[in-house]
Amino acid sequence: MPLPKVDAVVIGAGAGGPIVAKELAAAGWRVVLLEKGRWHTPADCRKDDLRNQRNATLGYPFGPEEEGNPRVFVDLDGRERIVKPSEPGYNNNAFCVGGGTLSYGAMAWRYHPDDFRMRSTYAAKIPRAFENSTLDDWPISYDDLEPYYEKAEWEIGVSGDVSGDPFKGPRRRPLPMPPLPPTREHEILEKGARRLGLHPFSIPMLRNSVPYNGRPACMRCRWCVGFACEVDAKNGTQNTVIPTALATGNLELRTECSAREILLDEKGNAAGVAYFDRDGRLWEQPARYVVVSCGAIESARLLLNSRSRLYPAGLGNRFDWVGRNLQGHTYTGANGLFEEIVYDDLGPGASIAVCDWVHGNPGLAGGAMLANEFIRLPYQFVSGIRAPDVPRWGRAHKEFVRHAYRRIIPVQGPTQEIPVFDSRVTLDPRVRDKFGIPVARISGYRHPHTIEVSESMAGRAAEWLRASGAVNVWLRRAGRGVSGGQHQAGTCRMGADPKTSVVDPWCRVHDTDNVYVVDASVHVTNGAYNPVLTIMAIAYRAGERLAREGRRA
Amino acid sequence: MFLAGSLGAAAACGRKPAPAPGYRFLTQAEVETLGAWVDTLIPPDEDPGARDAGVVRYIDIQLTRWFRRHQQDYRDALAALDRWARSRTGYGFARAPAGEREEMLRLMEQGKADAAWFPGGGKQAFELVLAHAMQGFYGNPRHGGNAGYASWKMIGVPPMPVRGREHYLAAKTFPERS
Repeated sequence: MPLPKVDAVVIGAGAGGPIVAKELAAAGWRVVLLEKGRWHTPADCRKDDLRNQRNATLGYPFGPEEEGNPRVFVDLDGRERIVKPSEPGYNNNAFCVGGGTLSYGAMAWRYHPDDFRMRSTYAAKIPRAFENSTLDDWPISYDDLEPYYEKAEWEIGVSGDVSGDPFKGPRRRPLPMPPLPPTREHEILEKGARRLGLHPFSIPMLRNSVPYNGRPACMRCRWCVGFACEVDAKNGTQNTVIPTALATGNLELRTECSAREILLDEKGNAAGVAYFDRDGRLWEQPARYVVVSCGAIESARLLLNSRSRLYPAGLGNRFDWVGRNLQGHTYTGANGLFEEIVYDDLGPGASIAVCDWVHGNPGLAGGAMLANEFIRLPYQFVSGIRAPDVPRWGRAHKEFVRHAYRRIIPVQGPTQEIPVFDSRVTLDPRVRDKFGIPVARISGYRHPHTIEVSESMAGRAAEWLRASGAVNVWLRRAGRGVSGGQHQAGTCRMGADPKTSVVDPWCRVHDTDNVYVVDASVHVTNGAYNPVLTIMAIAYRAGERLAREGRRA
Repeated sequence: MFLAGSLGAAAACGRKPAPAPGYRFLTQAEVETLGAWVDTLIPPDEDPGARDAGVVRYIDIQLTRWFRRHQQDYRDALAALDRWARSRTGYGFARAPAGEREEMLRLMEQGKADAAWFPGGGKQAFELVLAHAMQGFYGNPRHGGNAGYASWKMIGVPPMPVRGREHYLAAKTFPERS
C-alpha cells in the first residue's frame, strides 16, 4: 500500500543513517527512518553476563531475534550451514534503534591519514600485501573528513585526551570532555609503555566523563561493552541525533520495519522502499531519496535484493562489486599475568592505548592501535582467558580463576585488514527470512598478510605487557576465516571509478541519482582502529551535502 | 538393558519422565548424576562447587528455554554416564569415587569414553556440559546459577551496583551492603 511521498527515506537507525536523517530533518526535509529492530531505553538495561551483544550464550537482547533471521555461512573448506544470530559465522552487530552504538564499547577513533592511502603508502614497499588483494586508496582523504570528525566528536560527545598521541592526524579542536580518571591497569601499562619509549594516552570514547548533552557522567560499572548504559552516559545515535531529529517535527521513526527492496523506476532511479511492518503487512514508502544504512552485510543484501530490468544482478552491481571486500578487524594481542592485583573494578575498562604500531612497521603494510581491553566479566574471562599450562576444568582450573582473575591484563588491537575480492556477501539461492526475503550468504577468508601483521601485533602486545611487569605472558592469535562482525565494512566500496566501486565519494550509488549508502559498507579499507567515528564523520559529510544540494520532492 | 527399558517405554508412549520436585525437566536420578558431573568440573574447596552454586538448576531451567534443543542430549548423556560408571565401579556416577569420576570425564574430553555407552567417544557431551557448567557457575545469578554470587565472591568482584532495579536484587543478596 503506497504512503504519502517524503523527501527521503533512511533505512537503518545505526551509526550512520540517523546522522543523515538529522541533517536532512534539520534542513526542513520530511524524512522517514525505518529500523528493523526496537527502540530500547536505559530502563531496558540488564546487566546480564550471558545475554548481551558481546555474549549471546542466551541470545542477543538488541537483535536480531533468534528465529526468522537466518544467514548462510560458508567456511574455509567450502562447507555451508544455515546459522542463527547467536551461532558462530553469523557476524552479528545489532538490530535496534542506535544499532551497534546502543551497546558498543564506544571507542571514538579518527583513522590515521595513511589509513586513507594504503596503496600510495605501501605499494612499492610491501608488494605481497597487494597480491590477490583489493588494497587501495580512498577517493577522499583525512583532511576531507577532519571537520566532520570534529562535528561527530562534539555533537555525539567524546571524552579522552589524544594530545599525547604524536601519530594522529592534524586536528583543530580538542575533545569536548576530559578522560575518565585512570584505572590501575592504565597506570601499570603507562609505566611499561614509557619504559619502551612508546607514546601512551587516554582512549577517546563516545562516553560522558562529565555531564554532557543533558545526560550524566559514566558511573564506571563493569557491564559496559555489549550493554545499554543504565545511566545513559554512553553516547550513540539513539540518545543524540535521533531525539534531535524527532524534535524538529520533520522525522518519523518507524521501528520493527524490515525493508524488502528499493523500488526502482524505469530510468533506474529509486522511487521508494517496500517494507514489512511488525505485523507482516507490506508497505510502499515513496521517496525522493533513499539512504541505505543497514551495515555492511545487510546493506549489500538490500542492494542485491533490489532488482529491475536495468539492474538484473542488483542495484549498483553492474560491475559485480556489491558485497565484495567484506572485512572487519583481526583482533590479536596478549594476556599478561601479574604478581599483584591489577583489577580495580572501574569500568569501562579500556582506557589506555598506543598508536606507535599503526603504521611504519618494518616489512608490514599497516598495523594496529593497541589498547587494554574492556572489563572481562567472569564468564567471559573463563571462556576466553586461560594460561596455556592450566587445565580446562577441575581443581587446578578453579584455583587459576580464583588467583588470576584480578591479576591479568589483556592488551589487544584491531589489525587493519587487507581486503580480498572473494570475501563477500551474496544472496543465498535457497534460504529466506521470515518475510520470504533471500538472506545474506557470507563466504571468504583473510588475506595472508593480514595474519602476518596480526601476529606481529600480538608480539608487540606481549612486549608491552612484559615491560609493564607481567610475569607470564601468552599470545592471543587469530583464525583465517572471513572477517566481519561488529566492525563489518567494505561491501559497497567508495571510489571515483564506477567499474571498481559502488558509490561515489559522496556515498551516492554510481548508477543512480538518488540512492545513497551511508555506513561502513563504503569503507575502502577499515583503518587500524574501531570504525564508528569514521562512519559518523562520513554520514555528517554526506548528509550535509545532500541537505545543501539535493532537490526535495 | 532393563534399566533403559523403562525410559524407552515412557518415550514411546510420548510421556516424559516426571521431573524431580522443584525442577522443570531433570528427573531425580538425573539431578544427582548431573550434580556429580558439574561438581567434578568445578569442585567445592574453600569456595562452593558447581552443585552448591546452583549450576544444576541453571541447566534445568535453560533446558526448558534456550537449551531446549539439548533436552535429549542431556537425557542420553546422563543415562550413559551412569551406566558406564556402574560397569566400571559398581556404583552410579554420583556415588563413584572422585578419582574415577575425574578419570571418566578426562576420557570423555579426549573422545575416548567407552564406546558401549558413548558411541562417539563422549567428547560432544563433555563439551556441552563443560560450557553450561561454566556459564551457570560464573554467569549472572538471574538465571538460577551462581547462587549467592558464589563465584563473584570467590574471585573478589563486588555485586551489582546499587542502582535502579538492581537495588532490590542487591539488597536481598547482600543485606550487609544495603
